[in-house]
Amino acid sequence: MSQTLSYKILARAAGKPKVVPGEIIWAKVGLAMMTDSSGPRRIQANHLRLKERIWDRDKVVVISDHFVPSHNEGEALIQRITRQWVEKHGIQKYHYGEGICHIIPVERGYVQPGTVMIGADSHTPTAGAVGSYATGVGSTEILGVIVTGEIWLKVPRTMQVWWGGRLGDGVMAKDMMLRLIGQIGDDGATGMAIEYAGPGVMGLSLDERLVLSNMTTETGAEAGLIEPDELIMEHMRGLGQTDFDPLYADPDATYDTNLRFDAAELEPLVACPPNPSNVFTARELALDKIKLDQAYIGACTGAKYTDLAAAAEVVKGKQVAPGLRFLVAPASRRAFMRAMADGTINTLVEAGATILPTGCGACAGLGNGILASGERAISSTNRNYPGRMGARESEVYLASPRTVAASALAGYIVDPRGR
Amino acid sequence: MNIRGRVWRFGNDVSTDVIAPGKYLRLSAAEIAGHVMEGIDPNFAKQVRPGDIILAGRNFGCGSSRENAPDALRLAGISVVVAESFGRIFFRNCINLGLPALDCKCVDEIAEGNLIEIDLEEGRLTDLTGNQQFSFQPLPSHLIQMLEAGGLVPFLEQRIAAEEAVSNDTTESEQAVA
Ligand code: SF4
Repeated sequence: MSQTLSYKILARAAGKPKVVPGEIIWAKVGLAMMTDSSGPRRIQANHLRLKERIWDRDKVVVISDHFVPSHNEGEALIQRITRQWVEKHGIQKYHYGEGICHIIPVERGYVQPGTVMIGADSHTPTAGAVGSYATGVGSTEILGVIVTGEIWLKVPRTMQVWWGGRLGDGVMAKDMMLRLIGQIGDDGATGMAIEYAGPGVMGLSLDERLVLSNMTTETGAEAGLIEPDELIMEHMRGLGQTDFDPLYADPDATYDTNLRFDAAELEPLVACPPNPSNVFTARELALDKIKLDQAYIGACTGAKYTDLAAAAEVVKGKQVAPGLRFLVAPASRRAFMRAMADGTINTLVEAGATILPTGCGACAGLGNGILASGERAISSTNRNYPGRMGARESEVYLASPRTVAASALAGYIVDPRGR
Repeated sequence: MNIRGRVWRFGNDVSTDVIAPGKYLRLSAAEIAGHVMEGIDPNFAKQVRPGDIILAGRNFGCGSSRENAPDALRLAGISVVVAESFGRIFFRNCINLGLPALDCKCVDEIAEGNLIEIDLEEGRLTDLTGNQQFSFQPLPSHLIQMLEAGGLVPFLEQRIAAEEAVSNDTTESEQAVA
């Protein structure tokens, strides 16, 4: 019986030879993740009811990224509660201000190919880029996982998104996702797991693959997976991780839906308010001279090392438009350090960037870089619902780091290829 | 686990905003239950009786992931929600809060007010009034136990208590032997 990658992983986690869509399974979890927002402060009371049990403290990751550094007493208290909880329970995989919750598990090799990861945050599918089945739940459910190491899952239907060709200059993985979401619509893949494949996908760096799995959330899908190839194996080996058993789709596996795209034909895209599926080409929007107050490079989607480097390449030796705020919040400390070491950060700052703390920040309408009513931003983040980055009457346009950087220079939305 | 109750019918895409309207979210769970489904049927909350069953079309409980929505239905007395399909988080929230939810495409065939009986283990839905039967993928036994316990946290609480009782017993019997 031929199975997709999602089914292979779920079947193994459930201890069954195969699974079928619609079936409810009990899956063994390889990694549980929660944040300062969704974690200790929300699970504490019920955790006491459950005798404060923890199934495996090495498989629990807690990441303070939403409220870092805290900028009011309430947030400071959340950090204290979080810190006290991890200390009390001897959680070693606790990271404060070191990176966003979806980046750290991949960057540090905590999440392994072929396993199930459950996170208390909606963009948990991000880890699917290393060939894991990663999906998001609420705080009550993450508590169940932390106590038992298991979760019930309804086996989704599967969709294969196949990209032929290679991306042209100035086009990024972000554009691939805007293309997909623009076509299938917000929540167009509800009840499904997406498997990304084809040369257009396998030719991407890990940083870029993470954009595909990350923005899977905006399609409504449960998870977004990419088969682990040599690039992923090398990444894991580099982190000293060899003790795992990757899985692959059967060559004759069939999917409920198959979508095919050509990367070579793709051009830079922008999702206009009020949702990620409202997609236009940057080229056509440039004609409207949509004036910007802010350009934001940040979030788990768009501030990894290659995102910072791509933005720097665009702004090198130039200055952002007068009056425009160009904000950069690196997605992790490691990405930040690498970008400092090779001059990327210098280039960005010389062009007029303000560097913000590593964390969620304005992506979630928190911290620095909030928009005032009537303001407009272009952003490398993943959501643009009304009020997402500040005032309800502010506007967010989603684009790749290149498009964001080029638009920062122009002061209005442009095509980074200069068209 | 067998459930018997009167049918209330609803269409497609009934969102959590309709089930538990946002303007009531500051109220207590029991008070929200007094307004449940108001967005689609203002009389529902007044007329619903304990044990009643909801039959709906596609994507029931879509929209925001608020746990208040399944909670309000449960507190209003709804014993089970049957729909052609569910919003992802809504379905999970139902089960984890102890409200049975199951996929079965039958809303078009069963009349409002009919008496139906559902066998969760067997995956059988019987329309007692209309004298017809439907089948659905049964819920696994673990999940039925969770529903019987009243949701995820009480279920785990019971499991831990049972484990501790067993380990206390063994310690005692070991001591007895010694
Ligand atoms: S950066 Fe934004 S999308 Fe990513 S975890 Fe933080 S708030 Fe969520």
